[in-house]
This record gives sequence, C-alpha cells and structure tokens, in this order.
Amino acid sequence: MAQQKEDRKMKIALTSLFVDDQRAALAFYTDVLGFRKHHDIPLGDDFWLTVVSPEVPDGPELLLEPAGHPAVKPYRDALVEDGIPLAQFAVENLEAEHKRLTSKGVVFTQPPIDIGAAVVAVFDDTCGNLIQLIEEKPETNDVGVH
Amino acid sequence: MVDVFRALDDETRRIVLDELSVRDGQTLFEICSMLAIRHGLSLTRQAISQHLGVLESAGLVVTERRGRSKFHYFNPEPLSGITGRWPSRKRTEK
Repeated sequence: MAQQKEDRKMKIALTSLFVDDQRAALAFYTDVLGFRKHHDIPLGDDFWLTVVSPEVPDGPELLLEPAGHPAVKPYRDALVEDGIPLAQFAVENLEAEHKRLTSKGVVFTQPPIDIGAAVVAVFDDTCGNLIQLIEEKPETNDVGVH
Repeated sequence: MVDVFRALDDETRRIVLDELSVRDGQTLFEICSMLAIRHGLSLTRQAISQHLGVLESAGLVVTERRGRSKFHYFNPEPLSGITGRWPSRKRTEK
C-alpha cells in the first residue's frame, strides 16, 4: 500500500446532479447560487453543462445532467420525500446565506441547525434535488462546556 | 390507548418525540441526523422509519407533505388520555 502513494492520487474533478431542465438549472445555479458556467456544449438534444465555484475555478465541476432516464424520477422522488440531500456545498456564513436565499424565494426543508462541528441546512434546488449547505466551524481546543 | 403506551415504551421513540418537541416539522433525514449527532444513536434509516410508523399509528406523530417532502410533527393530544385516566390530585392524609 505504502509504495502506491504519491503517483496514484485521485482527485474529484467532476460530479453530477440530475436536473429537470438544463436552462432553468443553469439560471438557478449561476444567478441564485452564484456558481460560474464552465462548459456548455451541445450534445444531441441536450448539453454538456457544468458549473464551478468562482472561488475555485480550477476545482471540481458540477455537471447539470438531464433527468430524462426513467429511473431518475422514482429515485429522486423517494429521496426528496425523506428529505435526503444529494450534494453538499460549503459556505462561509450559513445564517447569512440562508437569509439571502430565502429572500430570493428558495425553500429550505431544514433551516440552519448547529450540529456541533458545523452548521447545516437543506434547501430545494428547484431542479428536483435537495442540497445541503454546510458552514464548518473553525477547529478549537477550547471546549468551554464546564 | 394501548397504542400510545406501546409507542412510548421505547427510548428511541421517546427521544424522537423530545426532538420534535424542540423543533417540530422534521424530515426523516433530519430526524436521523439528530438521533445520530445529538444522541449517538446509529440506527438505520429503515429502523427510524419504523419507529416513526409506530408513533404515527398511535397518533403521537402526524405527517404533512409540503412540496415534495414529508415532515413529521409531534401531536401531544393522545397523551391527554393518560392524565384523563389518572388525573393528578393532591394526596389527602387521613
């Protein structure tokens, strides 16, 4: 195992979410969430459509993939019913982000909740998915619970 | 009434009611997270779903759909059957 280290590192370069409508999804993910369009390449009837975070333009791409496959609907319906998010995005200040998104009409299925090491919330991305937002707290050795 | 006693005869289900009385209207995902993080209970989602089913059939939990998600609410009403059956009264010494 040890001899396989440096030269065999993998990176997460791209991950995907199914979206009901690629154009509406691009609008939501850029205009509302603040991601930046990276690829928008016609591919048959659909597009190879990816966004990146403006903070990490060379970082992982998020592919907004058409939800046409018949397995997608039952899969996502079951997850959304139980409130299960399909992706997690990190933010600096979740309270402020919650306020900002709510004012833009975004619906949260779970408001910001303190879980100890982080604060988390879950919102509906209007494209068929629930997304978790996380604000990680700076690590501290000061426990302060005495 | 029997259902209410059976539903309450389980620590996990009592904790679920505790959590819902702190923040009412939670999805299954949120309830699972709270049980794991705040109470160290690592039950499967299916197990928690079954516990919620028992609470729901006893009327202690009601569910409501908003949008495409299902939210669980604590309904304390059936508990009044307990205090109705054994009303609290001052003990009178002879």
